[in-house]
Order: sequence, then structure tokens, then C-alpha cells
Amino acid sequence: MADTIARRRPPAHVKYVEWAIEGLVRLCGVSAIVFILAIFVFIGKEGLVFLAEHVGGMLTSTDWGPTNEPAMYGILALVAGTLWCVGLSLILSVPMGLAAAVYLAEFAPEGRREFLKIVVELLAAIPSVVWGFIGVMILNPLLQWMGAPVGLNGLNGAIVLALMTLPLLVSLGEDSLRAVPESYRQAAIAMGATKWEMVWRVLLPAARRGLLVAVLLGVGRCVGETMAVLMVTGHSVRIPDGLYSPVRTLTATIAAELGEAVRGGEHYQALFALGILLFFVTFLVNLAADTVVRERKLQ
Amino acid sequence: MDAPAPLAHTPLATRHRDQRLAELALATATAMAALPALAIVGFIIWKGAPALSWAFFTEMPVSGMTKGGIAPAIVGTLWMVGVSLLFSVPVGILAGIYLSEYAGNSRFARVVDLAIVNLAGVPSIVHALFGLGAFVLFLDFGTSILSAGLTLGVMTLPVIITSTKAALQSVPHPFRVACWNLGITRWQTIWHVVLPNALPGILTGVILQVSRAAGETAPVLFTGAAFYLPMFPTTVWDQTMTLSMHVFALVTQVPNVPENMKYGTALVLLGVVLCFNSFAIALRFYLRRRRKW
Repeated sequence: MADTIARRRPPAHVKYVEWAIEGLVRLCGVSAIVFILAIFVFIGKEGLVFLAEHVGGMLTSTDWGPTNEPAMYGILALVAGTLWCVGLSLILSVPMGLAAAVYLAEFAPEGRREFLKIVVELLAAIPSVVWGFIGVMILNPLLQWMGAPVGLNGLNGAIVLALMTLPLLVSLGEDSLRAVPESYRQAAIAMGATKWEMVWRVLLPAARRGLLVAVLLGVGRCVGETMAVLMVTGHSVRIPDGLYSPVRTLTATIAAELGEAVRGGEHYQALFALGILLFFVTFLVNLAADTVVRERKLQ
Repeated sequence: MDAPAPLAHTPLATRHRDQRLAELALATATAMAALPALAIVGFIIWKGAPALSWAFFTEMPVSGMTKGGIAPAIVGTLWMVGVSLLFSVPVGILAGIYLSEYAGNSRFARVVDLAIVNLAGVPSIVHALFGLGAFVLFLDFGTSILSAGLTLGVMTLPVIITSTKAALQSVPHPFRVACWNLGITRWQTIWHVVLPNALPGILTGVILQVSRAAGETAPVLFTGAAFYLPMFPTTVWDQTMTLSMHVFALVTQVPNVPENMKYGTALVLLGVVLCFNSFAIALRFYLRRRRKW
């Protein structure tokens, strides 16, 4: 018996292969941590020194003119432009996206639901440069035809951002509604509630954390969106003063100026400082979303 | 929480009317969310299709990109996506294996999960800054397909890890236990039993990232994409045109481009992306039907 077991023991090299592969797997396993740290180090290396020296001027001025003499690095107008586009787009996309999520999760017949989910998934895949193309070539002429002044503007950007975020809101919203246990629905219906009363009084409160996560991730997506807003918002550094005001966002500023900034120069470092800001804003938004998810799991 | 008003005080007719109104409103919102985007896609196909011809796909752009084809942009996109996959697929799949098969529920695994979530949320322009700082300058790869491909690889990595992990975890645990009881090692179990069963799911995730990498513009803008370079790349150290960059350039940078060329180029990019995604969706449907457990 002992002899049989000894003969069946795997050859020695199997053990070493096992060790080697496990080491490789563990190495790749930490790759996400390595890269998130590397991103921070490489952005911070260029941007932190600049941030330390200029942070006062950046946060108190609305004048962004890194090529002026003397150079001006006020970011308030850029922050306002970002907030303007993101806020306006969320006003459009959140009610519509969540309504569509409720419809898909609870009201749509099975066949239509499957079809619409595929449509949503395909719309989510449209690259941001194509959304920019749509904004410039289709949406902007349409807005002018409807009476907007000539030229690209923040409203244009907000609509494009809203169209881009909608698929994300719909699919995440639908997921969180469907995650509500079936017994909740049955209990509400058994009490004589209509379907809408069941949705409004039981499902939405039960799924509110998941819906909040959907909105938070939508915000993160909008803040970081680059190509589309670069192409469609009109690219004018100023505090938005009306619906048709052209604006410029933080992301668009980096994308537009990085190519011409002298590598290692002050302008270059200023753009990395904007990168640090974006990195942290999206980091906080994602952290918040992740915390909400974990709390939900604990409940 | 406040107790809501009892429904019984509302007349039944009102409640049924509210139910119908709500359903109508929700259906309308859904239509308003989906139809404009669908109409836009249809419009791009309608305006772009006349520009498509054999020559458009196979010829070099000429006269400052206002005439000719988009061949180098198509080839360049293939190169960049290829390089990004060579990096992100092996690393991503091994990382997914780590999280699903080795890490368990440890605190460290949670930290890795958090890093993945945040890496996935990093804006594309920040990836561009990272690619410029790390690959172009620090590692001195220059503005090249290699730099741009690696930047795209880092960007797509978290999603490949997540989808691999999900595909592996969908393989039932008893499959593993059965192997371990036979005295098969952990890696042999993964290689011979778990991976083959999860492979189609992993493949779906990878295909989705192919289309994402092909469509991204900001990360390649400063790391390897050329504005106007009418030739095919020969090594990974070359710069190249890409489809996404070409759409950007035609719309915003080059004057006097005929409208149908702009629509045609956007349609090609959109077509590539939607084809890959449709394929992934079809694969997923096929899988769901075939699944035996």
C-alpha cells in the first residue's frame, strides 16, 4: 500500500513548477496596486512641486493663461466649467436614466427588456471621440437650428455627456433594482399595492444605495470625460454665465495644451497638477461608491 | 423613517390611474433615453456609408488628409490594440486567477479589489499623463506604438481582471474540490479544469476591451498617435495614425475636409467597436444557453 502511494507521488519538478507559477500569479495579482501607485508617483513627481508653490494662486484666480507673460495659473474658471457641464448633464441624465432603469427592471415585457439591454450595452460602447464627433457635426447644428447662438457651448457638452452617461446609469440602476429580493415584491403585491406603489414605496427605498452608487459612478465618468468635452464645449476659459456660454473643463485643458507645453517646464508641471486634482476627485468618488457597496453587502 | 400614508384612504380608481400614468411616464423616459442615440447612430450610417469604398479602406490619405483613404489609421489601430493586449491579457488573467483562486477573503484581497475599482475609474486623460511620464519619458520608449499600447494596456487592465475573476468564480467550487481530492495540485486544477470552463467568459471580457482600446483617443494622443503620417508602421518604435485620432483630427484640426469623409471615418470606427461588442454579446448568449451546471 505504502509502495503504491510512493509511486503515485508526482515527480519533484511539479512542485517547483507549482511554486514558480504561484509566484507569477501573486506578482500579477498585485499589478493593480502597483499601477495605481505608479500613476500617483509619476503624476505627483511633476505636479506636486508646482502645486506646493502655486496652490494659493491656483485656487484664488479665474485666469488660466500659462503662456501669458507673466504666466497665470488660476483654475477656478476651469473648475466652474467642469462643474457646469457635469451638473447640467446630470440634471438631464439622472431622472431619465433611473426612470429607464425602473422601466427595464419592473415594467418592460421580457423580450423588450432583453432587446433594450443590448441597445444600452452597445450605446455604452460608443467611443468618446465619436460622441465628440456627434456633438460637433450633428448636435451643434441642431441646437443652432432650434435658436441657440452660433458656436460651440456648454449646453452642447452637457447634452453629449448626458447621452454618454445614460447607458451606465440604466444598466447599474437596473442591476441594483433586480438585486432587491423577490419576496419584497411579493409582499407588497400581496398587501394589495399596485405595481407602481410597490416600486415607489418598496423597491426604490430598498435599492437606494445601489442607485446612489450608479449616480456616483456617473459623476466620476463625467468629471473624467475628455475627448467629447474637448471637442464640443467651445473651449473658452470663463465662469459660465448662461446656458449657451462656451466653457472649458479641466480635462480638456490638459488634452489641448499638453502637446505644446515644453516637457519639464512650468506649464507642463501645471498640467500635471491639474491631473493630480482629477485623480483625487475621481479617487474620492470611487471610494465613496465602493464604501456604499460594502455597507450594502454588510447589511 | 416616517410611516407613509395608508394607501387604503386613496380611492382605488385614483390608484389605478396613477399606476397607468407612471408606467406610461417610465416607458416614455426609456424611449427618450434610447431613441436619440439610436437615431444618431442611424444618421452616421446613412451619411457615412456613401464614403465607404475599397479605396477608402486601402489607400493612403493625401492632400493634407482631405482626400484618399484611411489605411494607415486602420493598420495603426490594429498595432496599438495588439500591443495593449500582449500586455493586459496575460497580466489581467493571472491577476484574475490570483483574486479568484488564491487570495480568498483576506484583507489584502480587499485592498487589491479597491485598487482595481480605482484604477478603472482613473480618467483617460490622467492615463495619458501617466503614459507620457512613465513610458515615453522615464522608460524612454519615445512617442511610439509601444508607449501608446502599454498606456492602453494599463487602462484596460482592471476590467480584464474583473471579468476574469467573475468568469472563474462562476465555475462551481465542487469542480475544484473533486480535483484536490484526486491529489492534483492547485495549479493543475486551475489549468486543466477551472480555466477551460471559464475561458469563454474570459474571452468575452477581453473582446470588450479590444473595442474599448480601439476607440480611446486621449491616452494615445501624446504617447504614440500621429496626426498625419501616410505610411504603415514597421516596428513598435514607430508612431502611427489611429482611427480615433483620425476622427478627432478630421473634425477639429483640418480645414476643408469633405463631409462624407468625416462621416465615413467615424462610421468605420463606430463599426469596428459595435462589431466587437455585438460579437461579445452573442458569445455571452451562446454561453448562457450551453452552460451545463
